[in-house]
Amino acid sequence: MTTLKQRRLAVAGLAVSLSLAVSGCAGFGDLGNEPGVTTVTLASVNNPQMQDMAQLLPEFNKLHPDIKINMIFMEENDLRNAATKDVATQGGQYDIMTVGAYEVPIWGQNRWLENLTDLAAADPDYDVDDFFKPVRDGVSYDGRLYAVPFYGESSFLMYRKDLFKKAGITMPERPTWDQIAEYADKLKDPSTDRAGICLRAKPGWGEMFAPLTTVINTFGGQWYNMDWQAQVNAPGFTEAVKFYIDTLADAGESDPVSFGFTECLNLFSQERAAMWYDATSAAGSVEDAKNSKVAGKVGYVRAPVKLTENSGWLWSWNLGINAESKNKGPAWEFVKWATSKQYAKLVGSELGWSRTPPGTRKSTYLIPQYIQAGGEFAPLTAKIMNEVDPTHPGVDPQPWVGIQYVTIPEFQDVGNQTSQLLADVIAGRRPLDLALDQGQKIAQRAGDNQKKG
Amino acid sequence: MAGTVEEAPTIQAPKNAAKSKKTGLADLKGQELAQRKFARKLIFPALVAAILITQVPFLATIYYSFQDWNLARPDDRSFAGFSNYVAVITNGAFLPSIWATIRIVGGSMILSLILGLVLAVLLDRKFRGQALARTLLITPFLVMPAAAALIWKYSLLEVNTGMVNWGLGLVGIEPIAWNTDHPAMTIVFTLTWQYTPFMMLILLAGLQSQAGEILEAADVDGASAFQTFRFMTLPHLRTYAELAILLGTVFMIQVFDPINIMTKGAGNTKTIAYLLYERAFIGQQVGEAAAYGVITVILTIVFATLALRTMFKIFTEEA
Repeated sequence: MTTLKQRRLAVAGLAVSLSLAVSGCAGFGDLGNEPGVTTVTLASVNNPQMQDMAQLLPEFNKLHPDIKINMIFMEENDLRNAATKDVATQGGQYDIMTVGAYEVPIWGQNRWLENLTDLAAADPDYDVDDFFKPVRDGVSYDGRLYAVPFYGESSFLMYRKDLFKKAGITMPERPTWDQIAEYADKLKDPSTDRAGICLRAKPGWGEMFAPLTTVINTFGGQWYNMDWQAQVNAPGFTEAVKFYIDTLADAGESDPVSFGFTECLNLFSQERAAMWYDATSAAGSVEDAKNSKVAGKVGYVRAPVKLTENSGWLWSWNLGINAESKNKGPAWEFVKWATSKQYAKLVGSELGWSRTPPGTRKSTYLIPQYIQAGGEFAPLTAKIMNEVDPTHPGVDPQPWVGIQYVTIPEFQDVGNQTSQLLADVIAGRRPLDLALDQGQKIAQRAGDNQKKG
Repeated sequence: MAGTVEEAPTIQAPKNAAKSKKTGLADLKGQELAQRKFARKLIFPALVAAILITQVPFLATIYYSFQDWNLARPDDRSFAGFSNYVAVITNGAFLPSIWATIRIVGGSMILSLILGLVLAVLLDRKFRGQALARTLLITPFLVMPAAAALIWKYSLLEVNTGMVNWGLGLVGIEPIAWNTDHPAMTIVFTLTWQYTPFMMLILLAGLQSQAGEILEAADVDGASAFQTFRFMTLPHLRTYAELAILLGTVFMIQVFDPINIMTKGAGNTKTIAYLLYERAFIGQQVGEAAAYGVITVILTIVFATLALRTMFKIFTEEA
């Protein structure tokens, strides 16, 4: 017993002294650096595409031996909190940050991010115009670029070609929502637990309201008008929500409030839904024969519409430079490298073409190997990314840039609370008009803040 | 019969405690007094540290509750007066949230206490594999709350493939959309599943502390098994049950993972803890969230004082 105890103590002691030694070294980290090497800190969301970036860092160092990139990975919400805290307090701890499309205009307006317009235009090789215009618009404020897109996505409709063929229905190239509701009703099959269509209804501004806001846009509704007057209980908004909930009730998944992106992906790949309206980035998983029973059986068409021509959403993860950074020059060198035309080819040849960051550059969709790996959905994604308009997605003009969200800080909260009210409507615990009246009040409080300045 | 139970010699301890309390500083003289004073000085830093560690977060919360502070608009931070408190009262989220907390915690508490009692009585018997059965029954309490929520969401309550709906299907009941139609119930299920073992353990301790001779005596006197349970075991378990309820409430009132994973606060499942999280991290309203926190603390103190007094009364009446 005692010898065992002593041995354990010795191990513990060794661990303590080792950790002391290591942390002692860390204190001298700056002295250890070779002279002339700048360390650039990058705070990144822990998505697979960003981890691929970390894996390719040695390639960057071959070109720039004088810049050392220190990548810090965080979960999305943690990153949002840490980065907000850093930029808002002018800490300058992170030189580069991955910023979501929702935050870029807000942070740009606050002058928290460096204006990259001139830097990006300075290098003809970088070719800013090669980025899809909607994606560029999404990360601009007042015509100035505050971050550059790393990868992007829109939304489209995925459908089971085999089931449509069996039912004798031809899917139009640009379907309307009324057609989709009709098809969903025809293709649902309660005896095999198959839904006509899977639509997200899990509460949350990024879950239920991503697809639902695109429906609202194309039905002629919107969150706010040009005077930041909330429009949540206006006819367009109400009609769209009613349509969404009716479609869910008639031909949607059985337990809608449980269903977000992950749940719908699971349902659709297990052959339990005939259609699914969601992110273009879902197609990669749907076509992955290892986890999906429907690989090869799926067709893709544009997001269904009603009054507008297009209705896809727009999301991107972007690289932005902290306005307080002391290493803006080296930071830009890295940002340029990671968002360049060559980077897409580098990922493709080093890690595989299916891992190339999608949805940002036209040139990516001209690479033959990428088209081959991307199958049917890659060319369509490129078309959609070019067609959507984040400055004017709905019928009426709007005072912000963004399709499935409103770029004001309060929107997460407004969307979240309203989606919880709608979950009650879906379950029949609350009438739709009362829920939307309450949503209107919640949205108006945020709108009033915006009016003030 | 009842007299034998009360002969336990526990009444001595409070008497001693009362005696030593009487000897205050005033009664001491000379060296002893100096020693006491010196001892107090030695304790002083620890006291300061204790106050700092336990009370500073609360004081900071009070300070924040008077600030107009939105995380996303950090430049506009200013003194808000009572406007956060006004917002808490007027925006109508607080009362429904208290109600939701009472229903969810209360419901899970009653269910897990009853189930815990049944299991404890069964485990109190001698049988082969008793230790194994006890270990198996305790496991739900050892599962992490997030994992438990995922098990319930995907394996048990999933509408098409979940085991609960499959089981109901065997007796001809249509699949139920648990999360859409009965969100509060899904949380109660998860909490009950998690905390039944906890209740069972405490009640089992109570059962095993019951003296065998007394039960034998009851048997000899002609009491039926039910009478023994009703008039001897249950009163004996009362203090154990009260402890279990007190600790259980403290644990359950902090429920977060199942709500965040299963219902996202929809459909009367927005408990106080989840509401606070939403205000602070989705609404990014630090000031308003702090005001909710302060009001919750005040209400808890009022409630706990009343509850403890009533409990104390019960104790004294018993004795």
